[in-house]
Amino acid sequence: MNPPEAPLLAVRNLHTRFHTLDGVVNAVDGVDFEVYPGETLGLVGESGCGKSVTAFSILQLLRCPPAEIQGQVEFEGVDLLGLDKEAVRRIRGGGISMIFQEPMTSLNPVLKIGEQIAEGVRVHKKMTHRQSRRWAVEMLRMVRISSPGSRARQYPHKFSGGMRQRAMIAMALSCRPRLILADEPTTALDVTIQAQVMELMQELKKEFNTAIVLITHDLGVIAEMASRVVVMYAGKIVEEAPVREIFKDPRHPYTRGLLGSIPVIGRKAETGRRLQEIPGVVPSPMEAPPGCRFHPRCSEALALCSTQPPPVIRLTDNRCVRCWLEAGDNEKKTSDFV
Amino acid sequence: MALLEVEDLKKYFVVKRGFFSRNTGQVRAVDGVSFTLERGKTLGLVGESGCGKTTLGRCILRLIEPTAGRTVFNGTDLGQLEGGALRRMRAGFQIIFQDPFSSLDPRMNVGQIIAEPLRNHLKLSSSEMRSRVADLMEKVGLHPRQMVRYPHEFSGGQRQRIGIARALALNPLAIICDEPVSALDVSIQAQVINLLARLQEELNLSYLFIAHDLSVVEHISDRVAVMYLGRIVELASDEQLYRNPLHPYSRALLAAVPVPDPEIKKEKILLEGDMPSSLSPPSGCAFHTRCPVRKEICIEQAPVLQDVGDGHRVACHFA
Repeated sequence: MNPPEAPLLAVRNLHTRFHTLDGVVNAVDGVDFEVYPGETLGLVGESGCGKSVTAFSILQLLRCPPAEIQGQVEFEGVDLLGLDKEAVRRIRGGGISMIFQEPMTSLNPVLKIGEQIAEGVRVHKKMTHRQSRRWAVEMLRMVRISSPGSRARQYPHKFSGGMRQRAMIAMALSCRPRLILADEPTTALDVTIQAQVMELMQELKKEFNTAIVLITHDLGVIAEMASRVVVMYAGKIVEEAPVREIFKDPRHPYTRGLLGSIPVIGRKAETGRRLQEIPGVVPSPMEAPPGCRFHPRCSEALALCSTQPPPVIRLTDNRCVRCWLEAGDNEKKTSDFV
Repeated sequence: MALLEVEDLKKYFVVKRGFFSRNTGQVRAVDGVSFTLERGKTLGLVGESGCGKTTLGRCILRLIEPTAGRTVFNGTDLGQLEGGALRRMRAGFQIIFQDPFSSLDPRMNVGQIIAEPLRNHLKLSSSEMRSRVADLMEKVGLHPRQMVRYPHEFSGGQRQRIGIARALALNPLAIICDEPVSALDVSIQAQVINLLARLQEELNLSYLFIAHDLSVVEHISDRVAVMYLGRIVELASDEQLYRNPLHPYSRALLAAVPVPDPEIKKEKILLEGDMPSSLSPPSGCAFHTRCPVRKEICIEQAPVLQDVGDGHRVACHFA
């Protein structure tokens, strides 16, 4: 059940390449997805699949060159890739903000926490210094940091990992963005702290109706937070589905493999001590295999898979999968034209 | 008799400050830990960062000198060993490190890395050495052809296999696995867990499996110990610990693990705050500052780890 309204963010045919000394790396290779207002879209995949680069490309946080971004990134109807630098700057932090993975390295160590939060609202909301400082304290209170007044005057090294991530969330929310790109927001945290941060993100999302693109490799986090899921493999989206369906009935062999390879508490008795594994390793982006990129690791691969790139098969209104196994005979016959 | 017995092991790091390096305090990284590990079994050791699980592993092998306590491995008291005798003992008791990127010497090729323990401990001819290394590589799923390659040419999962081959070189009885899969992607993690499980069955190895990921630990362990601020707060068989956790910290930890199934809406136990600093641990029960069921006694008296039946041991006044 897709929300009927227009998408907040529509990414169309996004390609991000890096020109390196060793050759061209196609980190993101034709990615399409939409984010609707107020939803949480999970973007899952293993390291190197291009999920973080997708987020960085949306906000153009990559140095070009070596990077080269092509395609369309429509935010509220405007193509961000066509905007000039100044206009993009107004979107960053204002309309779309980002939570980074490493709360240790993504805060400025020589600026007080309060000042770092205040800086954004001064730029985007045209607040005075005094207003912005008060606002920063309010934001810290909102992310449940105790004695926010004195905490705002401290430097990041006085904060624990969980508190830093809260400060990052405060910063990301400070201008009331419509969309947050959260890149592995809880990966660096311990489980009990992760649970606190996830709870906080859920509450704040409800309160402000902010849409979230949640980038993670942790399927547990996806199951608890996301409403829709996009699975990426080697720079391409291989499956897209509502969260319940992807866990109940994964259609791409890679998604099935991923779900089978995670140990789940309480399931040892059923599955035994052996986990299902996906053989082999993720291909290097410089030597992507021909045909389907997953075929060398796929246990169900057809002869076709090693030569023809699979088409995107639309299964229902809100599900699609990029796999030959789901293709009808007609599509296979016309595969030369894909 | 147990293969490994650890009794009241302690490691205090002295904190020095100022011009005269005065001792200004101590960090009780490991504060009186006791457990046993049987032949062919796996003891999982879980806890959050800073709880002392890595220090504990290193103290057992005396890679870090413990402050106090006794460690008996295969009938020998490791505290009594020095020099060559200590090194010879380590042939039977190996370790696999967390980071497959920094634990292999980048200037040695794979053959040299795996052969190093053989060279140090055995007198083998070079052809014997080669065939030994080739065997080991096959055992962990690497191709002997890759012997002349260097660590940077391998992926994370393959590097971890090299580390495992090196640990197996001297036919050890036990291996300490210090977060062996936490740097790996899930599909590769499954490969390495399966490899460790297979090797355990084939070689009757004992593992002390240190990790922060509770689902991985459940998967590989026979018994599990939960650590908090340098102490074991609960120790039980994996079934008992995961089905019926008795310590409020174990319960909160388990409740905090996200379940990869959107149909399950489980009850969350949210703990307040962060783990206190081990430089100034709280009085009484170290967990009382975050405990949802604390009472007066918890602030005053530290609970002891006691058996509540069937070898299920827990350190809580109310368990």
